Amino acid sequence: MTSIIEVQNVSKSFGGVVANHDVSMTVNSGTITGLIGPNGSGKTTLFNSIVGYHPIDGGSIQFEGEEISRLPVQQIARRGLLRTFQQTRIYGAMNGVENMLISLPHRKMSIWDALKTYTKEDYERADHLLEFVGLYEKRLLKSGDLSFGQQKLLEFAMALMNEPTCLLLDEPTAGINPTLINGLIDRLKRANTEFGITLFVIEHNMRVIMNMAETIYCLAHGELLAQGTPDEIQNDQRVIDAYLGAH
Amino acid sequence: MAKNKTILYAAILAFTFIAPFAFPNFGTQLATLWLMIIVALTWDMTGGQMGYNSLGNIFFYGTGMYVAALISIGMVYDIGAYTNAAGGGIYKFTDLQYFGGLALGVLGAGLFCSIVAVVIGYLTFGLRGPYFAIGTLGVAIAAGELVSNWDWVGGGQGIALPVYPGDLDTGKIFFYFLFAAVGVSVFLFAKWLYGTRFGAAINAIRDDEEKADAMGIHTLRYKLYTWAMAAFFVGMAGGISAFQLIHFEPLESAYQTINLGIFMVVCVLLGGKGTLWGPVIGAILFHVFKEVTWNYLLGWQWVALGALIVVTVVYFQDGVMGWLVHKRPEWFGIKVEEKVAEQAE
Repeated sequence: MTSIIEVQNVSKSFGGVVANHDVSMTVNSGTITGLIGPNGSGKTTLFNSIVGYHPIDGGSIQFEGEEISRLPVQQIARRGLLRTFQQTRIYGAMNGVENMLISLPHRKMSIWDALKTYTKEDYERADHLLEFVGLYEKRLLKSGDLSFGQQKLLEFAMALMNEPTCLLLDEPTAGINPTLINGLIDRLKRANTEFGITLFVIEHNMRVIMNMAETIYCLAHGELLAQGTPDEIQNDQRVIDAYLGAH
Repeated sequence: MAKNKTILYAAILAFTFIAPFAFPNFGTQLATLWLMIIVALTWDMTGGQMGYNSLGNIFFYGTGMYVAALISIGMVYDIGAYTNAAGGGIYKFTDLQYFGGLALGVLGAGLFCSIVAVVIGYLTFGLRGPYFAIGTLGVAIAAGELVSNWDWVGGGQGIALPVYPGDLDTGKIFFYFLFAAVGVSVFLFAKWLYGTRFGAAINAIRDDEEKADAMGIHTLRYKLYTWAMAAFFVGMAGGISAFQLIHFEPLESAYQTINLGIFMVVCVLLGGKGTLWGPVIGAILFHVFKEVTWNYLLGWQWVALGALIVVTVVYFQDGVMGWLVHKRPEWFGIKVEEKVAEQAE
């Protein structure tokens, strides 16, 4: 199995606060990989480092075999490594369809392509993906007026529209009601199997992550605490002590 | 619906053609109205559609004036001698020199302003919100001061251009149609641009630039291109103004930051930011308001204008179009749509 993201000995501090210390992990191509850990353990910082939001203090991050730790956000995104935000970010003043169309991949789009109008295929793809996440009926509403959960689904659909090879999801189920969560797990899995997108997921909902991921990494205090299959993680005493707690 | 729109556009176009002949006494007023529409529509390209509120677009208007004038003069005479106040020379232009100079000057003004917009944009687009507004305002003010101390281009005295070679009334109609042609072009250009992927990308920058970055959109590139497009039309409008006014000077007519530079923003706010028709409606309302108060409230006209700005900014931020969208969302296609197509299958 080939790796798509290679994080090696990455460290990142903000002033005196060490957010990540000597973290190494591998995301294999075509898989779903989970990242768990208590609040403040450095999960989102690691995501931000991978997608280029801030420079890292040391170590190396490779995507598809190429060093990306010094590239700016847009260039990394155009390589097909995309992220969604913990605090959902959509274009609130526009409707769902417009949000989708804007998310068409710009990686191969020249300025002349940009001066074209959207094609029928673009609209069909947008409608199809909105249908996929269950927002088709609300696609013409101002997306800023959608509920938080619906905005999360829209953001996920937008990410799919961008045809990424790898998608980093920061708490995809936070704020989504329990009945919708089952549907979302199903859709995340289908995005992985049907569209072939590698998923790297931060998640606090253990039922979700244990159901989806093949490999899970656990961070605590900015350092890698454990790694393994869901079963191994659930039975790892260090993880239970630091995060899961005894039941 | 599409038929109604065609009729509406045809009616507006017909009125555009008839207006200067139907209201001969208002020729210059109507030309100025088109100028307001041009600067409002172009301001909205960055301000309304892209979320970058520039207070410096007047820089392109003033620069366009100077570039057009210098090109048309420079094609025939030595510029330094022409602008020398103490020279006292008499300079004549043939019809070909006048119209040739005007055409090349106006086009050159547009192109020059586009290039300058890319350079200034590269330096200022790192600024956000009010910082961008103040930064661009600074550029416009500084340019006015620099030019007014530059003797080669006439210094504080400005430049006097040749008078329109035909009779005065034909000249008024001529300039009206020049402004109208640019105005209609800007409108059609904007209408087309906002329907493209480019238009969507600048809307994305307005709504959440960080998200746009994260989605891989070339944000800086789109910002530069958009401002360059706006600057092209403003520069051309400035060039036409230079010939229409015959004489202009740097601080009051070219780089007039507190007049046209602010008016264009007020027009857009009044009509509705980020909409196609908002700037047009706003420019018409504003121009009428301004002319009425300048005629009937003389002495209080600036107070009335200030009051209009305050009321707009405090109570009417979304403008006419924004108010309409709020009151009649279904007119703009904002609705819950049932899955008719899916069920039929």
